[in-house]
Amino acid sequence: MRILHQYLSEFGQAFLLLVRSLRHLPSLPRQMGRVIEQCYLIGYTTFPIVAILSFFIGSVLALQTGYSLQTFGAVDFIGTIVGLSMARELGPVMAAILLAGRVGSAISAELASMKVYQEVDALITMNIPPERMLVLPRLIAVLLMMPVLAIVAIIIGWLGGAVVASQVSFIGLDPRIYFDGITNFVAFKDVLDGLIKAQIFGFSVILISCHVGLQTRGGPREIGNSVTRAVVLSLIAILFLDYFITQALL
Amino acid sequence: MPETDTSPAPRRALGISVENLRKSFGSTEVLKGISLEVKPGEIFVMMGPSGSGKSVFLKHLAGLEIPTEGKVRIDDINVADDRERPKVRLALVFQAGALFNSLSVFDNLALYPREHRLYDRKTIKEKVEKALAMLSLSDAAEKIPAELSGGMKKRVAIARALVMEPDLLLYDEPTSELDPIMAATISEIIADLREEFGVTSLVVSHDRDLAMTIGDRVGIMQEGELLAIDTPAGIRQMDDPRIKEFLNPAIDLKNPRFKRSA
Repeated sequence: MRILHQYLSEFGQAFLLLVRSLRHLPSLPRQMGRVIEQCYLIGYTTFPIVAILSFFIGSVLALQTGYSLQTFGAVDFIGTIVGLSMARELGPVMAAILLAGRVGSAISAELASMKVYQEVDALITMNIPPERMLVLPRLIAVLLMMPVLAIVAIIIGWLGGAVVASQVSFIGLDPRIYFDGITNFVAFKDVLDGLIKAQIFGFSVILISCHVGLQTRGGPREIGNSVTRAVVLSLIAILFLDYFITQALL
Repeated sequence: MPETDTSPAPRRALGISVENLRKSFGSTEVLKGISLEVKPGEIFVMMGPSGSGKSVFLKHLAGLEIPTEGKVRIDDINVADDRERPKVRLALVFQAGALFNSLSVFDNLALYPREHRLYDRKTIKEKVEKALAMLSLSDAAEKIPAELSGGMKKRVAIARALVMEPDLLLYDEPTSELDPIMAATISEIIADLREEFGVTSLVVSHDRDLAMTIGDRVGIMQEGELLAIDTPAGIRQMDDPRIKEFLNPAIDLKNPRFKRSA
């Protein structure tokens, strides 16, 4: 019960940080340099790992479904299953999990370090709100980059599935049939739902990472603890939100 | 093209009023009812042994801590209130510098005027270069803080404060971890800034030489209490054994303190 209370308290404080950050929205045009810098960090540096892992997730999905469906002679449906799974679930979830591991951890470490070494205090004494300079640009950047990462995850996952479905001997599915399964059964709404999910997950990951980083107190050892806490809280938030958003979008 | 004016903005020296300031962290009371007044344009040095609550006291003046009880007002402005604090232009020189590690020295100094859009780009450059030159840091402009020595970091922190053109300068242990020559240089800089700009300065330090040399008045803190406030000469003549011991600690190898206290 205490742990639940603790998690709820963390999410509540993260929400308050969001409210405080949104107050600085009018200053956004002046923050564009920082937004672009964060777009680079969030998008460009996460792109390779999202691409590689999505390829293998699509591949494994095709392999597993192919193995199961061959018994029923239904391997023609692999494209539909991989297509829907990647678009509606695995693409956005994997992109968000990788974002938490790659970018969320880096953000919480950077902000925790700034807190521990009094850089955040220095900003406050200079009347520069940390929410304006450190949080808002990151939140805007993730809103811009997350759909791109999710689309990359979905498309490369589909391609990974196609390679396995066509090249593994016991499946041997014609790629045209595989992609027909995707184009005939994966609707625009499925991809859109996936992008909405990705957007909410990504936003939550960055908000939580900023919150945890800025809450850090104590010495350098706390920086490591903050990184762990940020990633754990982000993963909890992703999986928790996943259920409710999925239900809402069905 | 008109010549750019790099002279500092007109300043108003601010007074500080602290009334029965108490601060507790959990069950530990760190500040036990501190009350004092600092006059506009004064250099006030708060001295005390490590752990006496000096830095926590300073953080209250900078609005970085909320008092458990009591009031801190700078020129009648409650700095603990986020909405009021921006009305006070204060600069805090942190003990470890608190420089932004991802920015060059130049950008560290330029951050405040850029963020507050105080001047155009050219004027900011000139003001930053002037502050760097004042503290003999012109060659370090493009370096990042990690490349600087402890003394240089302190000077950069002071230069950053100068560019802010503050009405109140707060220093947290400005001479700690410095060699005696650098410590003397920093003390001279603090005194010179007051002479040149008339800015009110509050220095927290356990450096006796600094306090007695540059302080108009000196306060002595111990275990969260303010033991005394007086001029340096007045403090020297006080009979309180705690103050005497702090100012002139005799090293007694035959009867060491740590064994006595145990």
